[in-house]
Amino acid sequence: MSGNTQSGFLALELDGDGAHPAAWRKARHVPDGLLNGARIRSTVLAAESAGFHVATFADGPVSSGRDVAGRLNALQRAAFAGPVTSSIVLVPEVDTVYTEPFHVSTQLASLDYVSGGRAGWLVAASGSAEEAAAVGRSFAEGAALAQEAAASVEVSRRLWDSWEDGAVIRDVATGRYLDVDQLHYVDFETPADFAGPGYSVKGPSIIPRPLQGQLPVVAQAGLLPSDADVVLVSAPTPSLLVAEVAEVRRAIAGGGAVVGGGATRAGGAAVVAELDVVLDARGQSASGRLAELDAFTPWSSSRARFVGTAAELVDFLAELLVVADGVRLHPAVLDVELEELAQLVLPELRRRGALKPVAQGGTFRELLGLERPLNRYASVGSEN
Amino acid sequence: MTQHNRAKFQPSGTIQFGIFFQGVNSGTIWKAPESGSQTDFESFRRIAQTAERGLFAAFFLGEGLRLREHLGRPHALDVAGRPDAQTALAALASVTSNIGLVATQNTTYNDPADLAHRLASLDLLSGGRAAWNIVTTDNAWTGANFRRGGYLDHADRYVHAEAFVETAKRIWDSWEDGAVSSSVSADSWAVPSHVRSVHHSGQHYSVDVTPRLPRSAQYRPVLFQAGDSPEGRDFAARQADVIFSAHPKFDDAVEFRADIVSRSLAAGRGANDVQIMPASEFILAATDEEAREKKEWVRSLQIGPQQAVAYLEQFWGRELSAYDPDGPLPEIDPVVEETSETRGSGFHGARALQLAEQWRAEAKEKGLSIRQFVSSRTSRVDATFTGSYAAVADTLAEYARVGAVDGFNISPWLIPTGLDDIVNHLVPELQERGVYPTEYAGSTLRENLGLATPVRSEAF
Repeated sequence: MSGNTQSGFLALELDGDGAHPAAWRKARHVPDGLLNGARIRSTVLAAESAGFHVATFADGPVSSGRDVAGRLNALQRAAFAGPVTSSIVLVPEVDTVYTEPFHVSTQLASLDYVSGGRAGWLVAASGSAEEAAAVGRSFAEGAALAQEAAASVEVSRRLWDSWEDGAVIRDVATGRYLDVDQLHYVDFETPADFAGPGYSVKGPSIIPRPLQGQLPVVAQAGLLPSDADVVLVSAPTPSLLVAEVAEVRRAIAGGGAVVGGGATRAGGAAVVAELDVVLDARGQSASGRLAELDAFTPWSSSRARFVGTAAELVDFLAELLVVADGVRLHPAVLDVELEELAQLVLPELRRRGALKPVAQGGTFRELLGLERPLNRYASVGSEN
Repeated sequence: MTQHNRAKFQPSGTIQFGIFFQGVNSGTIWKAPESGSQTDFESFRRIAQTAERGLFAAFFLGEGLRLREHLGRPHALDVAGRPDAQTALAALASVTSNIGLVATQNTTYNDPADLAHRLASLDLLSGGRAAWNIVTTDNAWTGANFRRGGYLDHADRYVHAEAFVETAKRIWDSWEDGAVSSSVSADSWAVPSHVRSVHHSGQHYSVDVTPRLPRSAQYRPVLFQAGDSPEGRDFAARQADVIFSAHPKFDDAVEFRADIVSRSLAAGRGANDVQIMPASEFILAATDEEAREKKEWVRSLQIGPQQAVAYLEQFWGRELSAYDPDGPLPEIDPVVEETSETRGSGFHGARALQLAEQWRAEAKEKGLSIRQFVSSRTSRVDATFTGSYAAVADTLAEYARVGAVDGFNISPWLIPTGLDDIVNHLVPELQERGVYPTEYAGSTLRENLGLATPVRSEAF
């Protein structure tokens, strides 16, 4: 089983037409065929059948230049994908700064229900003045962003626990649908040093505890130092990425096994490497394709970029998955890269035993090796 | 609809159905063996697909932003806990194809740009089937779950809601038709001059946004509204496409229609521009006799002994569990104190004493026990159609003939099988009478309701 402990998972970002801003010019559909349910269905099913373990859905402002200017709400895209998929984990990006924590908590818990426990939360802390203006709030930046993120995640975690697992009792004899002793006010208050306008949340939640108990929380390294279940790691180049992942892993392991919401995981939070991908395709070299796309709009990204053949990518991912728990791929052109990944990259990685098996009906926590967490409000002995 | 005089109401001669998956009051029976989960997605899928098989126009989800309480603790006796409306509807969009998806969403505890964007997303994901049931709240008790707390005065709630809705409409109208290119060789993905920013600066919020979504196949989400006060009715007459009304009884429905027609005309809209779908409940069987028996059974499960006592406790403001549900109303007097939201919307402060006296007298005169008295008072009494499939179909055909309503928004008392007899038996009876659709008119909710294309709030 030693091969298994070194195997990891692969995530694919499904936003728009791909990670490259000019991707829409190489998509296999016309621009006005992007923003609809059929597109969500076909891309998420293609990712699932290729064997990806996780699909992520980016959110937030879009380009104001000549490229894609539209984007459907990420959480709804994930919810739409829930009933039509059976194994792929669905992780929308949801902002914490300009949203209502109570709504965010309810929406994410609901996503867990409609996906059968396959939901996660990619926590964002919008540093965008544009998003602040849209909701008429003053612009937050710097340390205030991490505070907003930490507060919103804490609200969600408390609300997800505010119904104990057995709260719905349906006890005909006493006429009680709920056992009120298993419902809890969360009474959250922002800390005294909170930079933004402070707030409080009473609770309990308006939806029972999510199927997974707590949804796994995914965040960029550094955003949620003490409360992430999955940490995303970026570096400027592929070789620096391997080193950075190892570095982050050492730092996390030094902090012990505690992850988000008080759960534990050997080695602490899962570490996922972020990688942009451009592959040889359609008889064109990856570098040729990239040059052509860049001629339309240059691609600036904070992630390491892999540009090469499918075989080279297999070798690199196999190396990366030794140090990382998973890798999230950002395809330059979704329609094109996904086809190459499905045909040439994932099958070979599976053959080498570098990928965890895909579990039908498995939960995101199971994929991460996280137990179903105890409930912080449960009275001692009421959970088995 | 566009041919006749817009000032004169013309009955369509037909009715439509919606299903209201309400789930947090005593109307939903949870004690029967066949009562299913209120949260598992399979319950939602099952009931939405049954409704679609019965050509229902709409699937509604309610919303309550704070868990109901009773005497200061969460209310234990009724079904509680439900998913976020839009998240559940986005999931249903992928497993249905024609039914409208209506999300009840609050104007007080949302930001216009965010809510408008999420509704537009649902509208595009569903191919033009989204609708928004607009509700307002102003109590600080609900506000305790939100950043802004309870910030809105009761008197301001429709002023606030109207500014919100108008901003949302401007956001939905901000992309010119054809704004997104139809070729990958186009110079840019969207035509820059065809997308405009929306600015609003008002008493309660300011919005400055370049919207991120084009119009849908039905242009923008359909608007439902349920307010019943004079201000609520005027608001609906100005802004809504459909009123989710509380007036299902025939004479009351006819009167309500006349009122809405006159308010619509006063607001500069056509007599047929605002549709009406009252809340309703159906208890059906092959014969009238069987339906009556079934109703007894349904009522006994909806208002059990504990619910009957709890209902009085809301008004008495104290524990009454020592009283026999099958005995007379309590002789003890209500506690009189400041109004508290946790005592329920029925609480009347100082009037509680008078109310209790009145109820005792009424129950005594009619010889009603606590349980019988409470059963006779619940609001769904007027909204229930009981009888054989044929008899109820005859009744509904009369509503259609005079145009008393445009349809009924049905709360099933059983989840997820509660629509089965309606779809299997009542719908065919209505179709035979020519008063119910025999196919979906189109793929969007606006087409299926027969609503006109909305006029842009600002021309390009």
